[in-house]
Amino acid sequence: MHAAVVVFPGSNCDRDMKVAFEDAGAKVSMVWHKDTEIPAGVDVVGVPGGFSFGDYLRCGAIAANSPICRAVKSHAERGGYVLGICNGFQVLCETGLLPGTLLRNAKLKYICKAIDLKVENSESAYTSGYAEGDAITIPIAHHDGNFFADPDTLAALESDRRVAFRYVDNPNGSLNDIAGILSENRRVLGMMPHPERMADPVHGNTEGRVLFDSLIGSLQTA
Amino acid sequence: MKARVHVMLKNGVLDPQGEAVRHALGSLGFDGVEGVRQGKVIELDLTETDKDKAEARVKDMCEKLLANTVIESYSVEIA
Repeated sequence: MHAAVVVFPGSNCDRDMKVAFEDAGAKVSMVWHKDTEIPAGVDVVGVPGGFSFGDYLRCGAIAANSPICRAVKSHAERGGYVLGICNGFQVLCETGLLPGTLLRNAKLKYICKAIDLKVENSESAYTSGYAEGDAITIPIAHHDGNFFADPDTLAALESDRRVAFRYVDNPNGSLNDIAGILSENRRVLGMMPHPERMADPVHGNTEGRVLFDSLIGSLQTA
Repeated sequence: MKARVHVMLKNGVLDPQGEAVRHALGSLGFDGVEGVRQGKVIELDLTETDKDKAEARVKDMCEKLLANTVIESYSVEIA
């Protein structure tokens, strides 16, 4: 099982993501934004949190047009797995791999705290270790996490059961309390909360680690 | 040739920053402001000398990078 973690100028959760993948049993390669290829044999690409390119223009917009993101897009189009967390979710929306976008938080504040999430769909490699309806506590740390999509896109996400996680107490104004969504083939997941920050007993709980264990476990048996 | 791009949130997309500005104007005593929408202006210096070509090119830039058409609309002025 081989994972790659993309590093942009301004990424700051890349090493935490690496550790989470490694603890789940994956070999991890770090790839730089100027790289044009994902290393051969990579099963899953992680797009980490942070402030890629200083959030200039729009969060994730510059990163989404970097050379490595063209490779990430091809990887996803070949059926590869891609996990985008926080700024990574913003990047995936900007690339078009996931629909919608993340607006400024409704109350304009940067929010950094552990919040409760409800697992909406346990039928993906990422969420198979949870049961549908599970409540888990995972930190968020963002200024622009307010999920927005037009009404048709939103209705399609709901009817195709592509909402992976919902906020129990919506902190940022996201439509339908959406905290994380899946691609149509369930192989791309974008989420604002940080599972890699609840992945070790010293973090307070390990409810985020379940996501990495599920993903790596299901890829190893695949 | 210079181009000026205006990027605005589409109607119907909540603009919390515009709302915050509206509240602040109210608290400064500027009443009668019913709505505030905040956007961006991007100025480009172009080597292109043909106005139509420049406009087409800047529109392409807007679609690919300068605006996120999920939430934003744009307009282009060439001068």
